[in-house]
Amino acid sequence: MRPDAAIGVWTLRWRRFRKHRSGMASLVILAALVIFVLAAFPLQQILGIDPDTTDLFARFDPPSPGHYLGMDEAGRDVLLRLMVGGQISLLVGLLATLVGGVIGIIIGITAGYFGGRLDGILMRFTDGMIALPLLPLLIVLGAVDLTKLGFSSDFAHSGAAGFWRIVIIIAIVDWTAIARLVRAATLQIRERDYVRAARAAGASAGYMMRAHILPNIATPIIVSFTLTVGRVILFESVLSFLGFGVVPPTPSWGNMLNNAQELVTTAPMLAVWPGLLIFVTVIAVNFLGDGLQHAFDPRSER
Amino acid sequence: MRNFILRRCLQALAVLLVMSFVIYSLIGLMPGDPLDLMIQSNPGATPAVVARLREIYGLDQPIYLRYLHWLWSALQGDLGFSRTHSRPVLEVLAPALWTTCKLMLISFTIAVILSLVLGIWAALKPGGWVDGLVSLAAFAGISVPVFWLALMMILIFAVRLHWLPASGIANVGDGSFTDYVRHLVMPVTTLALANTGGFTRFVRASMIETLRMDHIRTARAKGNDESRVVLIHALRNALIPVVTVMALSFGTLFSGALLTETMFAQPGMGKMIYDSILANDFNLALSGLLFATLVTLLSNLVADIAYGWLDPRITL
Amino acid sequence: MTELLGIDHLNVHFPVKGGRTVRAVQDVTFSIEAGETLALVGESGSGKSTLGYTVAGLQTPTSGTLRFQGTRLTQTTWPAARRSIQIIFQDPFGALDPRMPVSDIIAEPLLIQRIGTPATRRARAAELVEQVGLPRDALNRYPHEFSGGQRQRIAIARALSSEPSLIVADEPLSALDVSIQSQILNLMKEIQETSRLSYLFISHDLAVVNHLVDRVAVLYLGRLVEVAPREALFTRPAHPYTKALLDAVPRIGHARKRGAGTIKGEMPSPLNPPPGCVFHTRCPKAQAICGSEIPALEEFTAGHEAACHFKEV
Repeated sequence: MRPDAAIGVWTLRWRRFRKHRSGMASLVILAALVIFVLAAFPLQQILGIDPDTTDLFARFDPPSPGHYLGMDEAGRDVLLRLMVGGQISLLVGLLATLVGGVIGIIIGITAGYFGGRLDGILMRFTDGMIALPLLPLLIVLGAVDLTKLGFSSDFAHSGAAGFWRIVIIIAIVDWTAIARLVRAATLQIRERDYVRAARAAGASAGYMMRAHILPNIATPIIVSFTLTVGRVILFESVLSFLGFGVVPPTPSWGNMLNNAQELVTTAPMLAVWPGLLIFVTVIAVNFLGDGLQHAFDPRSER
Repeated sequence: MRNFILRRCLQALAVLLVMSFVIYSLIGLMPGDPLDLMIQSNPGATPAVVARLREIYGLDQPIYLRYLHWLWSALQGDLGFSRTHSRPVLEVLAPALWTTCKLMLISFTIAVILSLVLGIWAALKPGGWVDGLVSLAAFAGISVPVFWLALMMILIFAVRLHWLPASGIANVGDGSFTDYVRHLVMPVTTLALANTGGFTRFVRASMIETLRMDHIRTARAKGNDESRVVLIHALRNALIPVVTVMALSFGTLFSGALLTETMFAQPGMGKMIYDSILANDFNLALSGLLFATLVTLLSNLVADIAYGWLDPRITL
Repeated sequence: MTELLGIDHLNVHFPVKGGRTVRAVQDVTFSIEAGETLALVGESGSGKSTLGYTVAGLQTPTSGTLRFQGTRLTQTTWPAARRSIQIIFQDPFGALDPRMPVSDIIAEPLLIQRIGTPATRRARAAELVEQVGLPRDALNRYPHEFSGGQRQRIAIARALSSEPSLIVADEPLSALDVSIQSQILNLMKEIQETSRLSYLFISHDLAVVNHLVDRVAVLYLGRLVEVAPREALFTRPAHPYTKALLDAVPRIGHARKRGAGTIKGEMPSPLNPPPGCVFHTRCPKAQAICGSEIPALEEFTAGHEAACHFKEV
């Protein structure tokens, strides 16, 4: 048997994570949610329905066989729209976190590794960013007219533009937490002797970041990413709800609530379902982050 | 210390200046411009007239010149005219600010008290059932979409139970204090709940850490009774980081206020900003956003100074 | 004998808070011959690690020159020299990346210098693992699975991988158990015999030095106070500071001296080094001149240099 420590570390962490009850529960819930949103594809096939086709004779139809949660204000299948909207919401959550994470990692690692004046400038910038009230800023960014930025009118009003716009605008405001975390971790790692040894051998800054710093700060980044996903999903839902995010007819959990305030008297369940799904997703993601933190922290050995 | 405050003030000023330019540019990128609206209401305008108007309003100039021009007027107290309200921006801003301050202050106070009680209670026995419940509730508070929480409250308390009014600040013709309070209950509760979760987790973490410190053990060993140890010795130390985080959370609080005001139709800053963006009321949106930024920066400044003042280990 | 490394009038200063300057290395001149081991001895704070880092290219000198194999080291010549100068650190736990398997750690200098292919680098790592006395299966394992001594062997293997001609060893033994120290020392000796490389061996302990080195350089407060062949230094120390250091070494057959020879007080701060001879504040032989005039490091017998107005010749 060949002892392999790479597996050893992760086995240890998995064992610790498994003991974290809420973390495990949230992992199960998240898996169920992923299955739920992906079930849109087979469901569409089996029932022969479409999430975007409206039927004005079926508005607000109660649940029935074939339409398990009934119809919405435009006569579309609510269950199917919840599934498809979930795909969009989760995808925005992951992508915006990823893009923002990359921005944060680049800024944080640059500030931490090079230090000095560059560090000062980047961190003042980050502090300034943290100080801002994010939601109003996001709304303004969401209201920006893409044609004024030189995009064609066709593109500016397409579903793809709506999707990517929200990914990008969330990413450019929500990278600060990761940047600060990465900077602090980089400051610690860059003083290690193994980094010095590589520098003495002539390694470039790029090599150092890739080979030594990133792998050694990966665990806090993973935890921070997880928590960011939760926050981003909330941002997406708020923006889409206010009409500055994912644009109908493409459904998202946020924009399914667009008309909910007016409908709250006539069709309250239309207001309940999307919000409940957002709530469950975000709480599960947050508990997962908590569990990961516990599993990655060597001090939490009990 | 004085140097530190001065430096932070200058920094805040610089951030404000940069932000004013960024927001000014972004607002310029929103659909339509002031002239389009004017042309719409005057279909007879010839291209020559339009060009002349462009010149008069300076819209043919590059963005930074227009910005400098705006900045110069703003510094002299002229924030322009609100299109939708047909009044100077300052006159619209002032009452909205008052509504928002009230909402935020009451909610913030409730959130602080609630989170202190829950956080300390949970910290007394980490891993116990109280801790578990409080943690679950705190996570729920962090994870719930604020606007959906507001919707659910409207659904339950206004639509189903008819206990509370769904929106506005008072019924027409009823100026009584009870009516006024009844209108505030749901917005305040929503905003308070949305912030309690994060605060509670922080109070709990800070308390647990403090209770593990040596001087607390010493205080216990000296035979002080437990409630004294917790309330007098530990709390004082635990509060230092908590105060900072709470003051730093102003931006989040404001974002929450924007949603709460929109959902419950409270005529505050948040709703005003939202409405002005929807209605292309550029001057009002710009001033509102900058005002929110200014207040956030000020509160962060206060947090920094408070931190230095509370924690003697930090030399500023 | 040919000079491998030459250092001329080297200064390393650091700016610190409040506009002050730490003078870590001041006007240091010495050389290392090919195949020679030079010990750099001094207390903590003497600037010996800074000097070592400068030689290893981790610290930019404030002024002065470094020559390596006859070439002056500048911005343009450093990169080529890096494969020939390697470093071993004191703490074997911090010196190895916990996320890298041993084979990657050992081959890293080759990878950085773009020497060979992945296959040849792996082969070289395997060869080195055996040379430093580790089991072959160590290659696929991670640093945390090894003891301090074994880790130091891994660090040595890494330093050897690019076939350097000079290794800077920054107190490579002081973090190890005494029983392990001699094993590592023997390993370093063995390597020198087979590879004919030079060591700049940094140590605070003269006793350790005695077993390995050819010459000793004594550093005090950033300045070289004495450079001598090992035998000469141990038997006829010329500088009062060297003498005091030797007296502090417990040796079989010698009673530890107290009183007259031992030095008093603490080393002054490198932020504010005393004028004249840096050692005069603690020197038992100090006279008026010592407080005003810096003694030059001069050779008084073949290969024996000392910087003292009243050196014992």
